[in-house]
Amino acid sequence: MKKSKILIGAAVIAIAGFIAIAADHIDAPAVAGGTSDITDIYGFQGQDTDNIVFVANVQGLISPANTSTAAFDENVLFEFNIDNDGDAIEDLVIQATARDGKMYFFGPTAPSQSGLNSTIVTTATTNSVDITSYGSSAIVESNNGMRFFAGPRDDPFFMDFVRYTQIVTPGDDDGDGMEEGAFLPAGTGDGFASDTFAGTNVLSIVVELPKSMVGSGDSVNLWVESKRKQ
Amino acid sequence: MKLNNIKLIVIAMLVSFTAYNCSNDDDNSFTPMQQTPPDFSGTYVQEDQMGRPAINTVFVSSADKNTFNVTVPSNQNAAFQTKFQDKLEALNPAHTDPMYTNALGFNAAEFTGALSTDLLTVSLNGTTTFFDGTNVLTGRALADDVISTELLLIFGGPTGADNPGLTDDNVSSNDKAFSASFPYLASPW
Repeated sequence: MKKSKILIGAAVIAIAGFIAIAADHIDAPAVAGGTSDITDIYGFQGQDTDNIVFVANVQGLISPANTSTAAFDENVLFEFNIDNDGDAIEDLVIQATARDGKMYFFGPTAPSQSGLNSTIVTTATTNSVDITSYGSSAIVESNNGMRFFAGPRDDPFFMDFVRYTQIVTPGDDDGDGMEEGAFLPAGTGDGFASDTFAGTNVLSIVVELPKSMVGSGDSVNLWVESKRKQ
Repeated sequence: MKLNNIKLIVIAMLVSFTAYNCSNDDDNSFTPMQQTPPDFSGTYVQEDQMGRPAINTVFVSSADKNTFNVTVPSNQNAAFQTKFQDKLEALNPAHTDPMYTNALGFNAAEFTGALSTDLLTVSLNGTTTFFDGTNVLTGRALADDVISTELLLIFGGPTGADNPGLTDDNVSSNDKAFSASFPYLASPW
């Protein structure tokens, strides 16, 4: 078990060297392995069905050994962009950025401008939560119907990314003399499908808030951006 | 109770310390420890963005990956739809026939037209899932097998039966259980 994890880890590192990793992990050269790399986003109804939950995960493939030192970059701003009228332009943002062990949240609020450059809307509703440290139970801040979390979590993404890469890369990649033409069957051990992201962590930002705070229609469009202070 | 006692002792110590300062350090006025408020000024410039899972990874060529991350969603369709269609047709050559569709009934142009604006639609009045057998693209829940859904839509053709070895990676759940309550994600390894 241990050995196979190490082998998988080595394979991930080898692959990460020259190719992008799903879902959005290490997706592009400019952000790969950096503090602004978004790995996944999620949007789903909360336990309280009047609420919606937004998740942004960053800095993927953190090994357990490296998790206690993994930290949010104070020069990076994460923005949940919410389009509630269907034109693919953000009407509301929730901005999140770390300072001195806390994650600060601004909004939801209209952005000062849409697009690639942002300033933090410090006049918007402001909340903060202590960033949960590795090994501690989750610290949750609740305020005005909103809930906040920031800190390391298990990477919820799962995929046999190693096999996918072998399939889309021409030629025999696993040394069995044949081009890989299919995914491996479900099962355990050599020759079976395995989750490339098993046993790895990410840094998570989780916000839950009343649906009425993000839109009044049937749905919203969500995307997350990372932006670095100039 | 215990905590209260400790608090009282701390307050008492602080008071005596302050009093000592006041009476003996006349030259310098005593200023309590003050935290500088965090600095939120400045302009932040975009580096990465994401809507649906794996879009940049699967559909964008290496040379364009950085550009895709700094193209606002409202401009992505114009800049990338044709490139997405080329990529889809390379992955599943059957899609070069405009009469060939995936399980959503989309041909290559329609499917990549929908995907190339990279936004995650999230329902505010019903089930939120990438695909649960009934609902399609109404959100993304933690347990959703998004990769198998995308593989099915790329490789599976009109009934999902095409290319059976490529429509499911056979990893269908996470390696840790999720929580039903906030913050929902599992504790780290």
